[in-house]
Amino acid sequence: MRIRKRTVALTLYLVLLLLPVYWMLNMSLRFNADILGTFRLFPSEFTLANYVKIFTDPAWYSGYVNSIIYVSMNTAISLLVALPAAYAFSRYRFIGDKHMFFWLLTNRMAPPAVFLLPFFQLYSTFGLIDTHIAVAISHCLFNVPLAVWILEGFMSGVPREIDETAYIDGYSFPRFFLTVFIPLIRAGVGATAFFCFMFSWVELLLARTLTTTEAKPIAATMTRTVSATGLDWGLLAAAGILTIVPGALVIWFVRNYMAKGFALGRV
Amino acid sequence: MDKTHDNKAWFLVIPVFVIVAFSAIIPLMTVVNYSLQDIFGPNERYFVGTEWFREVLNDSRLHGALYRQLLFSGLVLLIEVPLGVAIALAMPPRGWTASLCLVLLAIPLLIPWNVIGTIWIIFTRPDIGLLGRTINGLGIPFDHTAAPLDAWVTVMLMEVWHWTPLVALLAYAGLRAIPEAYYQAARIDGASAWAVFKYIQLPKMRGVLTIAILLRFMDSFLIYAEPFVLTGGGPGNSTTFLSIYLVKQAVGQFDLGPAAAFSIIYFLIVLLFSWVFYQVLQRVGTGDK
Amino acid sequence: MARIELRNLAHSYGRNGTYALKPLDLTWEDGGAYALLGPSGCGKTTMLNVISGLLRPSQGQVVIDGRDATGLEPRARNIAQVFQFPVIYDTMTVFDNLAFPLRNRGVAESEVGTRVNEIADMLDLGQDLRRRASGLTADAKQKISLGRGLVRTDVAAVLFDEPLTVINPHMKFLLRRKLKQVHERLGITFIYVTHDQNEALTFADQVVVMHDGSVVQQGSPRDLFERPAHTFVGYFIGSPGMNLLPCRLDGDTALVEGSRIQLAPGVGARAAQRSGPVRLGVRPEFLRLARNGEPSIGAEIAAVEDLGNYSVVTVKLDGHVLRIKVPEGETVEGTTCQVVFPPEHTKIYVDERLVE
Repeated sequence: MRIRKRTVALTLYLVLLLLPVYWMLNMSLRFNADILGTFRLFPSEFTLANYVKIFTDPAWYSGYVNSIIYVSMNTAISLLVALPAAYAFSRYRFIGDKHMFFWLLTNRMAPPAVFLLPFFQLYSTFGLIDTHIAVAISHCLFNVPLAVWILEGFMSGVPREIDETAYIDGYSFPRFFLTVFIPLIRAGVGATAFFCFMFSWVELLLARTLTTTEAKPIAATMTRTVSATGLDWGLLAAAGILTIVPGALVIWFVRNYMAKGFALGRV
Repeated sequence: MDKTHDNKAWFLVIPVFVIVAFSAIIPLMTVVNYSLQDIFGPNERYFVGTEWFREVLNDSRLHGALYRQLLFSGLVLLIEVPLGVAIALAMPPRGWTASLCLVLLAIPLLIPWNVIGTIWIIFTRPDIGLLGRTINGLGIPFDHTAAPLDAWVTVMLMEVWHWTPLVALLAYAGLRAIPEAYYQAARIDGASAWAVFKYIQLPKMRGVLTIAILLRFMDSFLIYAEPFVLTGGGPGNSTTFLSIYLVKQAVGQFDLGPAAAFSIIYFLIVLLFSWVFYQVLQRVGTGDK
Repeated sequence: MARIELRNLAHSYGRNGTYALKPLDLTWEDGGAYALLGPSGCGKTTMLNVISGLLRPSQGQVVIDGRDATGLEPRARNIAQVFQFPVIYDTMTVFDNLAFPLRNRGVAESEVGTRVNEIADMLDLGQDLRRRASGLTADAKQKISLGRGLVRTDVAAVLFDEPLTVINPHMKFLLRRKLKQVHERLGITFIYVTHDQNEALTFADQVVVMHDGSVVQQGSPRDLFERPAHTFVGYFIGSPGMNLLPCRLDGDTALVEGSRIQLAPGVGARAAQRSGPVRLGVRPEFLRLARNGEPSIGAEIAAVEDLGNYSVVTVKLDGHVLRIKVPEGETVEGTTCQVVFPPEHTKIYVDERLVE
């Protein structure tokens, strides 16, 4: 009986969780006049016009493309640099290791607002403004520390004997790392990739500051369009729904890692 | 700890150091620089020492924002951590239902922060929003653009909706890492469900909960986009949290010096709290490490 | 006191109908020191979990002291269990760990103190009582797990599931001796699961051998050695295991290819009542190299391994491999030898089962 009560509570929570998202979906399938005119739980005059507009107007869809490009770049860079560093933290003691680790974490703690101006100046100096790589690198500021933190947990769960056996068998470090070690923490890599993707995808301030047109993220497109055209609720809702799609695809691919592999690390 | 001591390990850390330092060090130095100067134009700067710091520390509106911020982050932790743990405990341990729960839980986390604000505007509007309309329909007047309490409730609701899943995901990961033998031993020892939670599940979740609490503290203390989109800091100043006040000051009044001093104080507050949390969470419960 | 009977017991995980534990009847007498021996995946842990109540069997009954306990929760049975990996409550001291089962059962605090101290002394944990359990070594943690079982006054049986897996070799020996002492002192039933025959044979008075979800033999270590009831027992116990050769029977004589081997009187007749493939089994320890022309069978010597206080000689008998344990000091030379099969130790197996 207790288990059934739990399931009911959990189901209720998940329904409440999805309600705001459902409401946005509902609006995205209606015309603006209909939204403002009548209150409905389900769209009666079903329309895909809002979605059609987003997929045909380059000002809209390029935002998605830009976001996907820099988020993928950031995820790749974060994993690439964090994997060896996490290995170092999980296997060795070295001068300043604790300080380095805490310093990395402090980079999540700075209030972004005032840092935006120096950021803009820095990236201008290097001629990186309005490029995807600029956003990808700036997001490393908070994603790399997190990636190191999570991966270190997973790596500490792998017995050191495995490393030693591999070295005795004559593996070089890069070969051991790529062919033996990384496959062992596949699940950790999957979970880390999810977190990097997520935090980079949802970040707005840095992405908006460092871009103007060529690499403008979808989140920024949404805020600007809102102020320019007044509130087109249907279009806004459709754009919002579409921001969930890439992330939902990512979770779908890593869902098994999250259910099983996730558990193997200390995280 | 049987780690080997080897300074060559630094070579593995260098890429991380370079890529993070690139974005971290120069902007931080620039902000420190601003905080000590009065800037009128690109070539007109005067060194003012700690004047901005004194000014900021005496700013009563900042005190108000800081108290609101502390209350907000405190409530966030008090609600989200127990709720997240409860959700993780209620989730099925394996199978397709577990995967489904994980995917559904992750959805709010994957929405850009300003879109979160937009969703909640739509959801809570008294005319077209499901929640706003329902509450008003029940005869309770509710308008987050006019009543400070309603604004607070809405912002909290949004925050809890948005971030509790992160705590739940991390707690779930921690729970799944507990070997079955612990539960079996507890059954033989006659432990109650509460004892199992208190003596097995909670201690074993300590690591992941440390991460969850720190992440939730840092991110809620720095929250900007969601309440800004939803309430713009209002009505009045009732939802003006530190970041919103900071942006108002830096951008609105273009007072770069005080804003920089403010940022540094802000940063130090987050650092201090995070360090305290970290130390406490390391020591609480077990005596190891 | 606990006499545990398993009546027509079987268990299958899931619905696909394959049994982890095939239907069986088995009795564990009160106060016995039992070992449950078998390779990984043979159903040992399943049986243990059924006895302790962690698992509800899909059929049959668990009867403890004549009372049907099949549906009882583990806490309602007077049975304790020690797991492969030490389970301790990290946040508690050693004292609180040991007191945990008593406090859960609402025992008065004064009695808790007395019991815990008594058990801690017995297990040499007395000086660590105030320490946090998480900082201790694996063997101390395993003693705490045992202590949590013993601390209950009603406990009548302790089940051990390969408890020495993570203990280093020297401590293994000490801990095993401690277990024996505790058993002798308290006189409660111990059931010790292992896949290590040395552990089983040194610990137990009675060994239950399992293979593929069934119990193939229950008996003293000596029984298992001298009269393996199943070819699996012959092969699994002993090092090297029993020699098993396919053969035909002619009265009380076995024919291995062309060689005639004399058996104990009456075996032929009893074997004839059963059907299935026939094999001859004899332990390397019971085979001898013939001296002074006693009745024997010729074989080719393939290899001699000197293992210190004995040698293992591998010979080929009409193409079948046979191992012989030869005592120290006896020399083995040449390319051929004469092997003696003592009739009282030369067993016949029909369909893998011993012909008594």
